[in-house]
Amino acid sequence: MTCPSDCIILIDSKFTSAADAALHHEGYDMIKDNFAQFRCGLADGIPIGLGYLAVSFTFGIMASGAGLSIPQSVILSLTNLTSAGQFAGLGIIQVGASFLEMAMTQLVINLRYCLMSCSLSQKLDSRMPFFHRLFISYGVTDEIFGVSVCRADILSPFYSYGLIAVAVPGWTFGTLLGAVSGDLLPARLLSALNVALYGMFLAVVIPPAREDHVLTGVILISMAASLVFSLLPVLNGISSGFRIIILTVLIAGAAAFLFPHREEEADHA
Amino acid sequence: MHDSTRVYLYILVMAGVTYLIRMLPLTLIRREIRNTYIRSFLYYVPYVTLSVMTFPAILHATSTVRSGAAALVVAIVLAWQKRSLFQVSLSACTAVFLLELILT
Repeated sequence: MTCPSDCIILIDSKFTSAADAALHHEGYDMIKDNFAQFRCGLADGIPIGLGYLAVSFTFGIMASGAGLSIPQSVILSLTNLTSAGQFAGLGIIQVGASFLEMAMTQLVINLRYCLMSCSLSQKLDSRMPFFHRLFISYGVTDEIFGVSVCRADILSPFYSYGLIAVAVPGWTFGTLLGAVSGDLLPARLLSALNVALYGMFLAVVIPPAREDHVLTGVILISMAASLVFSLLPVLNGISSGFRIIILTVLIAGAAAFLFPHREEEADHA
Repeated sequence: MHDSTRVYLYILVMAGVTYLIRMLPLTLIRREIRNTYIRSFLYYVPYVTLSVMTFPAILHATSTVRSGAAALVVAIVLAWQKRSLFQVSLSACTAVFLLELILT
């Protein structure tokens, strides 16, 4: 998978593979490499942060509507870092359901992160210190995952930290703004910012599909199936989190069975 | 019901469950998976997941379906030309902004 970001080219031309870099560079070079990865993460994180600002702004408004205080809304966003789960959580807090019910709802809605983490686990260097895994885990969101999986070769934890360093303030600050006042940003601007995340998703999935017809098919079928799920009577009752899980398991499962992906030189780690 | 401690406990439960879902696979799967089928499955996962999340949701993300559709087209064309994440994303936003300025 190649990433459409400008930043990648810069890194790739400098280090042919992150694994080599980790192996051969020591001390100062290692720090420089980590810093370059971090900066790349910051750059790629900007569209994520902008998109988050718009979504979490809406969340902030809804949270204060649901009776949460400003610190509660902000802490909720900072600790959860997930949109669908937080919106659903608000509903549960509002009706005062049990903690078990809250846990189950979060499990179902956020189960897709489990798939994403499985996928990301394959991109990490097995020699990487363990504690990095604990920190990267905090930042597994749809968007951060989307950008991280398309890193060539190995995913550097510092790249993830760069993304997190932009995304989390965007998410938290947006919540704060929304909670403090629903009228700070003009509706027009919010409407426009709402597509930032989708634009980014398309920028991730489309470029590799140009050269790979199986991928083109997978993308088209996924979109068509998603449309069907949103239109048909019974299927449209399924929550969006669950829809993602069902379709991912079915379509990625079928694609893997019919068209096993040939590992190319990209996976020599 | 809106007693502050209870709200913080809810937040704690939410954060705990969500973190565990993310953390367990990343810490438990420490080595490379060799099985071709599982590898292929994980290879296709992001494409399916991101496509399902994008469409048709993008059509309803803005004030009108038309501006959402415009963002979709702009993003597809620019992504096809291999523009950067930022360029694609910002152009989609700009398309929505300009179109809604004209339409409303």
